[in-house]
Amino acid sequence: MGKRAAAIVGLAEWAPQRRWDRPMFSMEAAAELAALALADAQVEHGEVDGLVTGPVFESPMFGPSALAEYLGVRANFAEMVDLGGASPAGMIWRAAAAIEVGACETVLVVCTTVPPPPRSSPSGASRGPARLPAYLGGDAWGSPQGQFELPSGLVAATPSFALLASRYLARFPTAPELLAKISVHQRENATRNPKAIFRDEPISIDDVLASRMVADPLKLLEVVMPCFGGGAVIVTRADRASRGPHRPVFVSGHGERLTHKSITYAPDLDETPTRVASERAFAMAGVARSDVDVALPYDCYTITVLLTLEDAGFCGVGEGGRFLEEHDLRHDGDFPLNTHGGQLGMGQAGLAGGLSHITEGVLQIQGRGDGRQVRNCDVAYVNGTGGMMAEQVALILEGA
Amino acid sequence: MGTRMSTDGRPLPTPNPTTQPFFAAAGEGRLCIQRCPRDGFFFYPRARCPNCLGADWSWEDVSGRGSLHAFTVDRMGHDPALAGDVPFAIAVVELSEGPRMTARIIDCDLDDLRVGMPLEAAFETIEDVTLVRFRPHAS
Repeated sequence: MGKRAAAIVGLAEWAPQRRWDRPMFSMEAAAELAALALADAQVEHGEVDGLVTGPVFESPMFGPSALAEYLGVRANFAEMVDLGGASPAGMIWRAAAAIEVGACETVLVVCTTVPPPPRSSPSGASRGPARLPAYLGGDAWGSPQGQFELPSGLVAATPSFALLASRYLARFPTAPELLAKISVHQRENATRNPKAIFRDEPISIDDVLASRMVADPLKLLEVVMPCFGGGAVIVTRADRASRGPHRPVFVSGHGERLTHKSITYAPDLDETPTRVASERAFAMAGVARSDVDVALPYDCYTITVLLTLEDAGFCGVGEGGRFLEEHDLRHDGDFPLNTHGGQLGMGQAGLAGGLSHITEGVLQIQGRGDGRQVRNCDVAYVNGTGGMMAEQVALILEGA
Repeated sequence: MGTRMSTDGRPLPTPNPTTQPFFAAAGEGRLCIQRCPRDGFFFYPRARCPNCLGADWSWEDVSGRGSLHAFTVDRMGHDPALAGDVPFAIAVVELSEGPRMTARIIDCDLDDLRVGMPLEAAFETIEDVTLVRFRPHAS
Protein backbone atom coordinates (compact mmCIF):
# COMPACT_ATOMS: atom_id res chain seq x y z
CA MET A 1 0.00 0.00 0.00
CA GLY A 2 1.49 3.26 -1.13
CA LYS A 3 0.95 6.73 0.12
CA ARG A 4 -2.65 7.86 0.62
CA ALA A 5 -2.06 11.26 2.21
CA ALA A 6 -2.85 13.50 -0.74
CA ALA A 7 -4.95 13.23 -3.87
CA ILE A 8 -5.46 15.10 -7.10
CA VAL A 9 -9.07 16.21 -7.25
CA GLY A 10 -9.35 18.50 -10.25
CA LEU A 11 -7.52 20.05 -13.15
CA ALA A 12 -7.56 22.49 -16.00
CA GLU A 13 -5.74 22.26 -19.29
CA TRP A 14 -5.69 24.50 -22.32
CA ALA A 15 -5.41 23.02 -25.77
CA PRO A 16 -1.84 23.68 -26.90
CA GLN A 17 -1.52 26.18 -29.74
CA ARG A 18 1.29 26.83 -32.16
CA ARG A 19 0.28 30.49 -32.32
CA TRP A 20 -1.33 31.85 -29.20
CA ASP A 21 -4.03 34.38 -29.99
CA ARG A 22 -4.61 35.56 -26.41
CA PRO A 23 -1.34 37.09 -25.27
CA MET A 24 -1.27 37.44 -21.51
CA PHE A 25 1.13 37.64 -18.63
CA SER A 26 2.00 34.39 -16.90
CA MET A 27 0.27 35.51 -13.68
CA GLU A 28 -2.88 36.26 -15.68
CA ALA A 29 -2.68 32.82 -17.22
CA ALA A 30 -2.20 31.30 -13.77
CA ALA A 31 -5.27 33.10 -12.48
CA GLU A 32 -7.46 31.82 -15.30
CA LEU A 33 -6.15 28.27 -14.97
CA ALA A 34 -6.56 28.38 -11.19
CA ALA A 35 -10.20 29.43 -11.55
CA LEU A 36 -10.85 26.63 -14.03
CA ALA A 37 -9.11 23.97 -11.92
CA LEU A 38 -10.87 25.04 -8.71
CA ALA A 39 -14.22 24.91 -10.50
CA ASP A 40 -13.42 21.45 -11.84
CA ALA A 41 -12.50 20.23 -8.35
CA GLN A 42 -15.32 22.18 -6.69
CA VAL A 43 -12.81 23.57 -4.23
CA GLU A 44 -13.22 27.11 -2.90
CA HIS A 45 -10.57 29.72 -3.64
CA GLY A 46 -10.14 30.34 0.08
CA GLU A 47 -9.25 26.70 0.70
CA VAL A 48 -6.02 26.98 -1.27
CA ASP A 49 -3.14 27.30 1.18
CA GLY A 50 -0.30 25.97 -0.96
CA LEU A 51 1.17 27.10 -4.24
CA VAL A 52 3.66 25.40 -6.51
CA THR A 53 4.65 27.05 -9.75
CA GLY A 54 7.15 27.18 -12.54
CA PRO A 55 8.90 30.45 -13.42
CA VAL A 56 6.82 33.59 -12.89
CA PHE A 57 8.06 35.73 -15.73
CA GLU A 58 6.76 38.98 -14.29
CA SER A 59 8.86 38.35 -11.18
CA PRO A 60 12.12 36.56 -12.01
CA MET A 61 12.89 36.53 -8.32
CA PHE A 62 10.33 36.14 -5.52
CA GLY A 63 8.03 34.37 -7.98
CA PRO A 64 5.92 32.38 -5.51
CA SER A 65 5.10 35.42 -3.36
CA ALA A 66 4.33 37.47 -6.46
CA LEU A 67 1.93 34.80 -7.61
CA ALA A 68 0.35 34.37 -4.16
CA GLU A 69 -0.26 38.11 -4.07
CA TYR A 70 -1.71 38.16 -7.58
CA LEU A 71 -3.99 35.18 -6.97
CA GLY A 72 -5.03 36.26 -3.48
CA VAL A 73 -3.71 33.04 -2.00
CA ARG A 74 -2.63 32.93 1.64
CA ALA A 75 -0.03 30.23 1.30
CA ASN A 76 1.42 28.13 4.08
CA PHE A 77 3.67 26.46 1.52
CA ALA A 78 4.93 27.96 -1.73
CA GLU A 79 7.77 27.27 -4.05
CA MET A 80 9.01 27.47 -7.61
CA VAL A 81 10.25 24.20 -9.07
CA ASP A 82 13.09 24.30 -11.59
CA LEU A 83 13.45 20.80 -13.03
CA GLY A 84 12.79 21.50 -16.68
CA GLY A 85 10.33 19.05 -18.19
CA ALA A 86 10.36 17.09 -14.95
CA SER A 87 9.07 20.13 -13.07
CA PRO A 88 5.36 19.26 -13.18
CA ALA A 89 5.92 15.76 -11.80
CA GLY A 90 8.29 17.29 -9.25
CA MET A 91 5.63 19.85 -8.36
CA ILE A 92 2.99 17.18 -7.81
CA TRP A 93 5.02 15.12 -5.34
CA ARG A 94 6.21 18.22 -3.52
CA ALA A 95 2.59 19.28 -3.13
CA ALA A 96 1.63 15.83 -1.87
CA ALA A 97 4.59 15.70 0.51
CA ALA A 98 3.83 19.15 1.89
CA ILE A 99 0.28 18.01 2.58
CA GLU A 100 1.50 14.77 4.15
CA VAL A 101 3.76 16.56 6.64
CA GLY A 102 0.96 18.95 7.52
CA ALA A 103 2.47 22.07 6.04
CA CYS A 104 -0.71 22.79 4.11
CA GLU A 105 -3.97 21.19 3.03
CA THR A 106 -4.80 22.21 -0.53
CA VAL A 107 -2.21 23.06 -3.15
CA LEU A 108 -2.59 24.76 -6.50
CA VAL A 109 -0.02 23.47 -8.99
CA VAL A 110 0.17 25.68 -12.05
CA CYS A 111 2.23 25.67 -15.25
CA THR A 112 1.94 28.38 -17.87
CA THR A 113 3.68 28.95 -21.18
CA VAL A 114 2.07 31.82 -23.03
CA PRO A 115 3.43 34.86 -24.84
CA PRO A 116 2.98 38.19 -23.04
CA PRO A 117 1.16 41.15 -24.55
CA PRO A 118 3.53 43.08 -26.80
CA ARG A 119 4.92 46.24 -25.26
CA SER A 120 4.19 48.63 -28.09
CA SER A 121 1.05 47.48 -29.87
CA PRO A 122 -1.47 46.18 -27.35
CA SER A 123 -3.87 45.08 -30.05
CA GLY A 124 -1.50 42.81 -31.96
CA ALA A 125 -0.97 39.21 -30.95
CA SER A 126 2.57 38.44 -29.92
CA ARG A 127 4.15 35.65 -31.87
CA GLY A 128 7.43 35.80 -30.07
CA PRO A 129 8.86 32.85 -28.22
CA ALA A 130 8.27 32.32 -24.55
CA ARG A 131 10.47 34.55 -22.43
CA LEU A 132 13.35 32.22 -21.90
CA PRO A 133 16.94 33.46 -21.79
CA ALA A 134 19.41 32.72 -24.58
CA TYR A 135 20.87 29.23 -24.23
CA LEU A 136 18.41 28.80 -21.33
CA GLY A 137 20.96 30.65 -19.23
CA GLY A 138 23.74 28.19 -20.04
CA ASP A 139 26.05 31.07 -20.98
CA ALA A 140 26.06 32.57 -17.49
CA TRP A 141 29.44 33.73 -16.19
CA GLY A 142 31.03 30.74 -14.52
CA SER A 143 28.75 28.22 -16.21
CA PRO A 144 30.73 25.12 -17.29
CA GLN A 145 28.20 24.68 -20.09
CA GLY A 146 29.13 28.11 -21.44
CA GLN A 147 32.81 27.20 -21.40
CA PHE A 148 32.63 23.82 -23.09
CA GLU A 149 29.23 22.71 -24.38
CA LEU A 150 27.96 25.83 -26.13
CA PRO A 151 31.22 26.44 -28.06
CA SER A 152 31.00 22.79 -29.21
CA GLY A 153 27.49 23.31 -30.55
CA LEU A 154 25.83 21.22 -27.88
CA VAL A 155 22.85 23.43 -27.13
CA ALA A 156 19.38 22.65 -25.93
CA ALA A 157 17.90 19.21 -25.75
CA THR A 158 17.71 17.72 -29.21
CA PRO A 159 21.42 17.07 -29.84
CA SER A 160 21.75 15.76 -26.29
CA PHE A 161 19.05 13.16 -26.74
CA ALA A 162 20.52 12.34 -30.15
CA LEU A 163 23.82 11.57 -28.41
CA LEU A 164 22.03 9.12 -26.13
CA ALA A 165 20.25 7.61 -29.10
CA SER A 166 23.54 7.04 -30.90
CA ARG A 167 24.85 5.02 -27.99
CA TYR A 168 21.67 3.03 -27.62
CA LEU A 169 21.58 2.12 -31.29
CA ALA A 170 25.28 1.22 -31.25
CA ARG A 171 24.70 -1.13 -28.32
CA PHE A 172 21.32 -2.47 -29.40
CA PRO A 173 20.68 -2.07 -33.12
CA THR A 174 16.98 -1.30 -33.39
CA ALA A 175 14.95 -0.97 -36.55
CA PRO A 176 13.99 2.68 -37.16
CA GLU A 177 10.45 1.44 -37.82
CA LEU A 178 10.11 0.42 -34.18
CA LEU A 179 11.05 3.84 -32.84
CA ALA A 180 8.78 5.39 -35.47
CA LYS A 181 5.92 3.27 -34.13
CA ILE A 182 5.99 5.37 -30.94
CA SER A 183 5.22 8.52 -32.94
CA VAL A 184 2.63 6.75 -35.06
CA HIS A 185 0.66 5.21 -32.22
CA GLN A 186 0.79 8.37 -30.13
CA ARG A 187 -0.46 10.39 -33.10
CA GLU A 188 -3.29 7.91 -33.42
CA ASN A 189 -4.09 8.43 -29.74
CA ALA A 190 -4.02 12.16 -30.43
CA THR A 191 -6.81 11.81 -32.97
CA ARG A 192 -9.07 10.96 -30.02
CA ASN A 193 -7.98 13.96 -27.96
CA PRO A 194 -9.82 17.13 -29.02
CA LYS A 195 -7.11 19.24 -27.35
CA ALA A 196 -4.24 17.64 -29.27
CA ILE A 197 -2.50 19.89 -31.75
CA PHE A 198 -2.24 16.98 -34.19
CA ARG A 199 -5.79 15.71 -33.60
CA ASP A 200 -6.45 15.73 -37.33
CA GLU A 201 -3.03 14.55 -38.47
CA PRO A 202 -2.35 10.84 -38.07
CA ILE A 203 0.94 9.72 -39.56
CA SER A 204 2.41 6.48 -40.88
CA ILE A 205 5.69 4.71 -40.24
CA ASP A 206 6.79 5.81 -43.71
CA ASP A 207 5.99 9.43 -42.87
CA VAL A 208 8.32 9.26 -39.88
CA LEU A 209 11.09 7.54 -41.80
CA ALA A 210 10.77 10.03 -44.67
CA SER A 211 10.85 13.09 -42.42
CA ARG A 212 14.09 15.01 -42.48
CA MET A 213 16.97 14.26 -40.18
CA VAL A 214 17.42 16.99 -37.59
CA ALA A 215 20.17 15.48 -35.41
CA ASP A 216 21.25 11.97 -36.30
CA PRO A 217 19.55 9.63 -35.63
CA LEU A 218 16.52 11.73 -34.69
CA LYS A 219 14.10 12.68 -37.45
CA LEU A 220 11.63 15.53 -37.43
CA LEU A 221 8.57 13.38 -36.67
CA GLU A 222 10.37 11.92 -33.66
CA VAL A 223 10.73 15.38 -32.11
CA VAL A 224 8.10 17.35 -30.17
CA MET A 225 6.77 20.59 -31.53
CA PRO A 226 7.02 23.47 -29.06
CA CYS A 227 3.84 25.46 -28.59
CA PHE A 228 1.94 27.54 -26.08
CA GLY A 229 -0.49 26.46 -23.40
CA GLY A 230 -1.03 25.95 -19.71
CA GLY A 231 -2.43 23.68 -17.08
CA ALA A 232 -3.24 23.49 -13.39
CA VAL A 233 -3.95 20.75 -10.88
CA ILE A 234 -5.50 20.83 -7.42
CA VAL A 235 -3.96 18.50 -4.81
CA THR A 236 -5.66 18.17 -1.44
CA ARG A 237 -5.55 16.19 1.78
CA ALA A 238 -6.99 12.70 1.43
CA ASP A 239 -9.85 13.20 3.87
CA ARG A 240 -11.04 16.23 1.90
CA ALA A 241 -10.59 14.59 -1.50
CA SER A 242 -13.80 12.58 -1.55
CA ARG A 243 -15.99 15.69 -1.27
CA GLY A 244 -15.43 16.60 -4.89
CA PRO A 245 -17.20 15.47 -8.04
CA HIS A 246 -14.38 13.27 -9.31
CA ARG A 247 -12.70 10.09 -8.18
CA PRO A 248 -9.70 11.16 -6.06
CA VAL A 249 -6.35 10.19 -7.53
CA PHE A 250 -3.70 9.45 -4.94
CA VAL A 251 -0.06 10.32 -5.49
CA SER A 252 0.90 6.94 -4.09
CA GLY A 253 4.56 6.82 -5.05
CA HIS A 254 7.24 9.14 -6.30
CA GLY A 255 10.92 9.17 -7.09
CA GLU A 256 13.34 11.83 -8.22
CA ARG A 257 16.89 11.66 -9.52
CA LEU A 258 19.35 14.28 -10.78
CA THR A 259 23.03 13.72 -11.39
CA HIS A 260 24.06 16.09 -14.18
CA LYS A 261 22.97 19.03 -16.27
CA SER A 262 24.93 18.39 -19.47
CA ILE A 263 24.60 14.86 -20.81
CA THR A 264 28.38 14.56 -21.26
CA TYR A 265 28.84 14.44 -17.50
CA ALA A 266 26.14 11.88 -16.70
CA PRO A 267 27.62 9.17 -14.47
CA ASP A 268 26.62 6.66 -17.16
CA LEU A 269 25.18 7.51 -20.57
CA ASP A 270 23.75 4.01 -20.76
CA GLU A 271 21.53 4.31 -17.72
CA THR A 272 19.17 7.23 -17.38
CA PRO A 273 18.25 8.69 -13.99
CA THR A 274 14.77 7.31 -14.71
CA ARG A 275 15.92 3.94 -13.39
CA VAL A 276 16.43 5.14 -9.83
CA ALA A 277 13.49 7.56 -9.90
CA SER A 278 11.12 4.88 -11.15
CA GLU A 279 12.38 2.18 -8.83
CA ARG A 280 11.77 4.46 -5.88
CA ALA A 281 8.28 5.38 -7.11
CA PHE A 282 7.20 1.78 -7.67
CA ALA A 283 8.65 0.66 -4.32
CA MET A 284 6.96 3.50 -2.46
CA ALA A 285 3.62 2.77 -4.07
CA GLY A 286 3.93 -0.99 -3.60
CA VAL A 287 2.87 -1.37 -7.22
CA ALA A 288 4.23 -3.81 -9.80
CA ARG A 289 4.91 -2.89 -13.41
CA SER A 290 2.18 -5.30 -14.41
CA ASP A 291 -0.30 -3.34 -12.27
CA VAL A 292 0.07 -0.26 -14.46
CA ASP A 293 -3.02 0.36 -16.59
CA VAL A 294 -1.68 3.35 -18.51
CA ALA A 295 1.94 4.39 -19.01
CA LEU A 296 2.61 8.09 -19.48
CA PRO A 297 6.34 8.54 -20.05
CA TYR A 298 7.72 11.94 -20.99
CA ASP A 299 8.15 11.93 -24.74
CA CYS A 300 10.18 14.88 -25.98
CA TYR A 301 11.60 12.37 -28.51
CA THR A 302 10.87 8.78 -29.44
CA ILE A 303 14.17 7.71 -27.91
CA THR A 304 13.07 9.19 -24.58
CA VAL A 305 10.12 6.81 -24.51
CA LEU A 306 12.24 3.80 -25.41
CA LEU A 307 14.87 4.56 -22.75
CA THR A 308 12.17 5.26 -20.17
CA LEU A 309 10.31 2.01 -20.87
CA GLU A 310 13.54 0.10 -20.31
CA ASP A 311 14.86 2.00 -17.32
CA ALA A 312 11.44 2.13 -15.63
CA GLY A 313 11.46 -1.64 -15.80
CA PHE A 314 8.63 -2.32 -18.25
CA CYS A 315 11.15 -4.39 -20.19
CA GLY A 316 14.80 -5.26 -19.90
CA VAL A 317 17.68 -3.10 -21.08
CA GLY A 318 18.15 -3.72 -24.78
CA GLU A 319 14.70 -5.26 -25.09
CA GLY A 320 12.89 -2.04 -25.95
CA GLY A 321 12.77 -2.74 -29.64
CA ARG A 322 11.17 -6.11 -29.13
CA PHE A 323 8.78 -4.62 -26.58
CA LEU A 324 7.65 -2.05 -29.13
CA GLU A 325 7.27 -4.75 -31.75
CA GLU A 326 5.09 -6.88 -29.51
CA HIS A 327 2.85 -4.24 -27.98
CA ASP A 328 0.08 -1.97 -29.18
CA LEU A 329 0.47 1.48 -27.62
CA ARG A 330 -2.95 2.78 -28.57
CA HIS A 331 -5.63 3.55 -26.00
CA ASP A 332 -7.35 0.24 -26.69
CA GLY A 333 -4.11 -1.69 -27.14
CA ASP A 334 -2.47 -4.11 -24.74
CA PHE A 335 -0.05 -1.44 -23.42
CA PRO A 336 -1.83 1.93 -23.52
CA LEU A 337 0.87 4.60 -23.65
CA ASN A 338 0.51 8.38 -23.73
CA THR A 339 -3.17 8.04 -24.51
CA HIS A 340 -3.53 11.82 -24.89
CA GLY A 341 -1.12 11.63 -27.78
CA GLY A 342 1.82 12.45 -25.58
CA GLN A 343 3.63 15.64 -26.33
CA LEU A 344 4.55 14.22 -29.73
CA GLY A 345 0.84 14.20 -30.54
CA MET A 346 -0.62 16.89 -28.29
CA GLY A 347 2.20 19.44 -28.54
CA GLN A 348 4.81 20.56 -26.04
CA ALA A 349 3.37 23.60 -24.34
CA GLY A 350 6.43 24.33 -22.23
CA LEU A 351 6.01 23.10 -18.67
CA ALA A 352 2.35 22.34 -19.38
CA GLY A 353 3.62 19.68 -21.77
CA GLY A 354 5.09 17.76 -18.88
CA LEU A 355 1.91 18.39 -16.91
CA SER A 356 -0.13 16.78 -19.69
CA HIS A 357 1.16 13.33 -18.72
CA ILE A 358 -0.19 13.92 -15.21
CA THR A 359 -3.52 15.37 -16.30
CA GLU A 360 -4.00 12.45 -18.68
CA GLY A 361 -3.30 9.96 -15.90
CA VAL A 362 -5.84 11.73 -13.70
CA LEU A 363 -8.48 11.88 -16.45
CA GLN A 364 -8.02 8.19 -17.27
CA ILE A 365 -8.27 7.12 -13.61
CA GLN A 366 -11.31 9.36 -13.15
CA GLY A 367 -12.99 7.80 -16.17
CA ARG A 368 -12.91 11.09 -18.06
CA GLY A 369 -10.90 9.80 -21.03
CA ASP A 370 -13.86 10.21 -23.39
CA GLY A 371 -13.08 8.67 -26.77
CA ARG A 372 -9.72 7.39 -25.58
CA GLN A 373 -10.73 5.93 -22.22
CA VAL A 374 -8.64 2.97 -21.09
CA ARG A 375 -10.89 0.25 -19.66
CA ASN A 376 -10.72 -0.33 -15.91
CA CYS A 377 -7.98 2.22 -15.38
CA ASP A 378 -6.82 2.45 -11.77
CA VAL A 379 -3.04 2.85 -11.88
CA ALA A 380 -0.92 5.22 -13.96
CA TYR A 381 2.83 5.48 -14.30
CA VAL A 382 3.92 9.04 -15.07
CA ASN A 383 7.43 10.22 -15.74
CA GLY A 384 8.96 13.63 -16.26
CA THR A 385 12.23 14.29 -18.02
CA GLY A 386 14.03 17.59 -17.86
CA GLY A 387 16.68 19.38 -19.85
CA MET A 388 19.25 17.17 -21.51
CA MET A 389 17.95 13.85 -20.12
CA ALA A 390 19.00 15.21 -16.78
CA GLU A 391 16.23 15.77 -14.24
CA GLN A 392 13.96 12.78 -13.76
CA VAL A 393 10.80 12.36 -11.70
CA ALA A 394 8.52 9.33 -11.63
CA LEU A 395 5.03 9.20 -10.15
CA ILE A 396 2.56 6.43 -9.47
CA LEU A 397 -1.03 7.67 -9.51
CA GLU A 398 -3.79 5.46 -8.12
CA GLY A 399 -7.53 5.85 -8.00
CA ALA A 400 -9.25 5.83 -4.62
CA MET B 1 28.57 36.41 -19.57
CA GLY B 2 30.64 33.27 -19.68
CA THR B 3 30.07 32.96 -23.37
CA ARG B 4 30.78 35.74 -25.81
CA MET B 5 30.25 35.97 -29.52
CA SER B 6 33.02 35.98 -32.08
CA THR B 7 32.93 38.65 -34.74
CA ASP B 8 31.05 36.20 -36.95
CA GLY B 9 28.59 35.41 -34.18
CA ARG B 10 29.92 32.11 -32.77
CA PRO B 11 29.65 31.33 -29.09
CA LEU B 12 33.15 31.39 -27.60
CA PRO B 13 34.18 30.78 -24.01
CA THR B 14 35.47 33.59 -21.88
CA PRO B 15 38.07 31.78 -19.76
CA ASN B 16 37.63 32.42 -16.05
CA PRO B 17 40.16 31.92 -13.25
CA THR B 18 39.17 28.26 -12.93
CA THR B 19 39.30 27.38 -16.62
CA GLN B 20 42.20 29.64 -17.67
CA PRO B 21 44.91 26.94 -17.29
CA PHE B 22 42.94 24.61 -19.58
CA PHE B 23 42.59 27.23 -22.29
CA ALA B 24 46.17 28.43 -21.87
CA ALA B 25 47.42 24.87 -22.43
CA ALA B 26 45.09 24.42 -25.41
CA GLY B 27 46.64 27.55 -26.88
CA GLU B 28 49.97 25.71 -26.79
CA GLY B 29 48.52 22.56 -28.33
CA ARG B 30 48.32 20.64 -25.06
CA LEU B 31 45.32 18.96 -23.49
CA CYS B 32 45.72 19.63 -19.78
CA ILE B 33 43.16 18.60 -17.18
CA GLN B 34 43.00 18.23 -13.42
CA ARG B 35 44.00 15.12 -11.49
CA CYS B 36 42.98 14.32 -7.93
CA PRO B 37 45.57 12.24 -6.01
CA ARG B 38 42.80 9.95 -4.78
CA ASP B 39 40.23 9.86 -7.57
CA GLY B 40 42.26 10.46 -10.71
CA PHE B 41 41.52 12.73 -13.62
CA PHE B 42 38.35 14.77 -13.85
CA PHE B 43 36.84 17.17 -16.33
CA TYR B 44 35.65 20.00 -16.60
CA PRO B 45 37.82 22.32 -14.51
CA ARG B 46 36.50 22.71 -11.00
CA ALA B 47 37.65 24.25 -7.75
CA ARG B 48 37.40 20.84 -6.10
CA CYS B 49 37.36 17.18 -7.13
CA PRO B 50 33.75 16.14 -7.83
CA ASN B 51 34.33 12.78 -6.18
CA CYS B 52 35.85 13.78 -2.83
CA LEU B 53 35.64 17.60 -2.85
CA GLY B 54 39.37 17.69 -2.20
CA ALA B 55 41.30 20.74 -3.33
CA ASP B 56 44.72 19.11 -3.65
CA TRP B 57 44.44 18.38 -7.38
CA SER B 58 47.07 19.27 -9.95
CA TRP B 59 47.04 20.14 -13.64
CA GLU B 60 48.51 17.42 -15.84
CA ASP B 61 48.94 17.00 -19.56
CA VAL B 62 47.09 13.99 -20.95
CA SER B 63 47.56 12.01 -24.13
CA GLY B 64 44.90 13.70 -26.20
CA ARG B 65 43.72 10.24 -27.22
CA GLY B 66 40.22 9.01 -26.69
CA SER B 67 37.24 7.31 -28.25
CA LEU B 68 33.92 8.39 -29.67
CA HIS B 69 31.52 7.67 -26.81
CA ALA B 70 28.43 9.17 -28.46
CA PHE B 71 27.82 11.44 -31.43
CA THR B 72 25.23 13.27 -33.43
CA VAL B 73 25.26 15.34 -36.57
CA ASP B 74 23.51 18.67 -36.27
CA ARG B 75 21.65 19.03 -39.57
CA MET B 76 19.71 22.21 -38.87
CA GLY B 77 21.71 24.46 -36.60
CA HIS B 78 20.12 24.01 -33.20
CA ASP B 79 22.20 27.02 -32.28
CA PRO B 80 21.32 29.56 -34.99
CA ALA B 81 24.79 31.06 -34.45
CA LEU B 82 26.26 27.85 -35.89
CA ALA B 83 23.73 27.36 -38.69
CA GLY B 84 26.39 28.21 -41.25
CA ASP B 85 28.42 25.18 -40.16
CA VAL B 86 25.77 22.49 -40.67
CA PRO B 87 26.09 19.62 -40.99
CA PHE B 88 28.64 19.19 -38.24
CA ALA B 89 29.38 16.45 -35.72
CA ILE B 90 29.02 16.92 -31.97
CA ALA B 91 30.44 14.24 -29.73
CA VAL B 92 30.92 13.00 -26.24
CA VAL B 93 34.57 11.93 -26.22
CA GLU B 94 35.88 9.55 -23.61
CA LEU B 95 39.52 10.35 -22.95
CA SER B 96 41.94 7.45 -22.56
CA GLU B 97 42.53 8.77 -19.05
CA GLY B 98 38.82 8.36 -18.23
CA PRO B 99 36.94 11.66 -18.17
CA ARG B 100 34.48 12.64 -20.87
CA MET B 101 34.49 15.87 -22.85
CA THR B 102 32.07 17.53 -25.23
CA ALA B 103 33.70 18.36 -28.55
CA ARG B 104 33.10 18.86 -32.20
CA ILE B 105 34.63 16.21 -34.47
CA ILE B 106 36.55 17.75 -37.36
CA ASP B 107 38.45 16.44 -40.38
CA CYS B 108 36.06 13.54 -40.75
CA ASP B 109 33.55 12.08 -43.17
CA LEU B 110 30.29 12.35 -41.25
CA ASP B 111 29.14 9.02 -42.65
CA ASP B 112 32.17 7.25 -41.18
CA LEU B 113 31.55 8.17 -37.57
CA ARG B 114 31.08 5.13 -35.33
CA VAL B 115 30.66 4.82 -31.58
CA GLY B 116 33.94 3.54 -30.19
CA MET B 117 36.20 4.84 -32.96
CA PRO B 118 39.59 6.20 -31.84
CA LEU B 119 40.07 9.96 -31.76
CA GLU B 120 42.82 12.45 -31.11
CA ALA B 121 42.65 15.99 -29.85
CA ALA B 122 42.88 18.86 -32.31
CA PHE B 123 43.17 22.53 -31.50
CA GLU B 124 41.28 25.30 -33.24
CA THR B 125 42.04 28.89 -32.42
CA ILE B 126 39.24 31.36 -33.03
CA GLU B 127 40.19 34.95 -32.35
CA ASP B 128 42.07 34.78 -29.03
CA VAL B 129 40.78 31.50 -27.61
CA THR B 130 41.69 27.93 -28.52
CA LEU B 131 38.95 25.32 -28.54
CA VAL B 132 39.65 21.61 -28.17
CA ARG B 133 38.16 19.59 -31.00
CA PHE B 134 38.79 15.94 -31.87
CA ARG B 135 39.49 14.17 -35.15
CA PRO B 136 39.61 10.50 -36.13
CA HIS B 137 42.92 8.93 -35.16
CA ALA B 138 44.43 6.77 -37.86
CA SER B 139 45.65 3.81 -35.87
